[in-house]
Amino acid sequence: MGFNWNWEFTWEILPKLMHATLNTLMAAGFGYAIAVVLGMVFALAQRTPYWVLTKVVREFIEFIRSTPLILQIFFVYYVGPQFGLKLGPWTAGMIAIGLHYSAYLSEVYRGGLDAVPKGQWEACTALNMSTRDTYWRIVIPQAIPPALAGMGNYLVGIFKDTPMLSVIGVAELMHTANAIGSSSYRYLEPYTLVGIIFLAISLPTAALIRVFEDRVRRKLGLK
Amino acid sequence: MMEDLSNYPLELTGDNVPMVRFLKVTKRYGDLVVLDQLDLDVAEGEMVTIIGPSGSGKTTVLRMLMTLETINEGVIYVDGKPLTHMEKNGKLVPADRKYLRKARSQIGMCFQHFNLFPHMTALENCMEGPVQVLGMKKAEARERAEELLELVGMSDKRDQHPSRLSGGQQQRVAIARALAMRPKVMLFDEVTSALDPEVIGEVTNVIRSLVEKHNLTMLMVTHQMGFAKDISDRVCFFFDGKIEEQGAPEDLFGNPQKERTQQFLSAVKEAD
Repeated sequence: MGFNWNWEFTWEILPKLMHATLNTLMAAGFGYAIAVVLGMVFALAQRTPYWVLTKVVREFIEFIRSTPLILQIFFVYYVGPQFGLKLGPWTAGMIAIGLHYSAYLSEVYRGGLDAVPKGQWEACTALNMSTRDTYWRIVIPQAIPPALAGMGNYLVGIFKDTPMLSVIGVAELMHTANAIGSSSYRYLEPYTLVGIIFLAISLPTAALIRVFEDRVRRKLGLK
Repeated sequence: MMEDLSNYPLELTGDNVPMVRFLKVTKRYGDLVVLDQLDLDVAEGEMVTIIGPSGSGKTTVLRMLMTLETINEGVIYVDGKPLTHMEKNGKLVPADRKYLRKARSQIGMCFQHFNLFPHMTALENCMEGPVQVLGMKKAEARERAEELLELVGMSDKRDQHPSRLSGGQQQRVAIARALAMRPKVMLFDEVTSALDPEVIGEVTNVIRSLVEKHNLTMLMVTHQMGFAKDISDRVCFFFDGKIEEQGAPEDLFGNPQKERTQQFLSAVKEAD
């Protein structure tokens, strides 16, 4: 058994994989956008005085965090239609991965929100600010910077989890690499390339997040 | 069971309506009675200082007036109208959120730990309330904030974030921020307690000038007896959730009548 790397084949499949990379980035981007917004909704919902809502959201988050993502993807895509929810692979995938990560992000936000000192809330009361302004203008801007590191981790995390969408036929990197493999019987090159592409995106992203975090802190006068 | 409030007036009328009135106000944390049937009037323009050992309920008085704490019994009135309660079908009932927002607009507060908004500059801190709450135009709010920062001697630092300011400077900005809301009553809760000794003067001087030049009603909790003696119209000595003794500063400090007052004042003097 020899190590047998075929450069010609590599150059042949690279354009296909690069194209699939765009889909991967798009899936990660959309999924993350859903998670960022929905995560905040979940975090804030747990702070309302309506205990039923708080409890339901809490349990829902626990449920999502305690079950595998791949099951959730299958569930939305294959079980959804039985409840009249017929979705294409992309939509189903975005919903599943977005929901999954919103549960994790809501925990990150929760930590950030809890870390805002009580005195800030009291200052808002003393200035007679509305609850909405208090959250929107005072509390959330202070809750985000400490949450940025965690948010960044999950951005890289969602990116690395997009291959799971291949199981329902989203044409992202993994799906394309599998297709190349099964038609050419060569797996070394496509899978190696997929690994390199993931690495080439994950590493700089993590570094950029740290720079961004630092800049946000500076901009908000927190550093 | 709901408290029977039929003995409390729906509003205060007559010639000498105080700016603030605590009427038989009780505050409990579980079994612990922090304030016991407190009666306290503060006249318009009066500067009242509250002193006393820690745990005597001093700060709670201010926090209830700022509606940061609810009360268990009694009624607080501000400018003749109930603050903690509202009228419903000719009866007093606990105030709802909407009523509280209206009622507390007359009160401003400065805190021991300043509580400035760290993500905003000094100027933005002073504009936030007027713009967001009072609906003031930005240009107008800015002008007013600049005037107030001038008043507290912080004009040159107006574009700095709180993290770049010393404690004394932060507290002066906090005073400007509270004043920007044009309160009728200002509350100072141990505003010098967290400060280094050498910057206490810059804050007390600002408060002193407010007393001299503005007709604000003020309530202050402090541990600085000299300052309290200098600027107060009246000093209340709190002990065990009650006003043990009160009077003009020269009387209370010069010739205290009650034993507990004497003990407290001599203990404080020794510590100085």
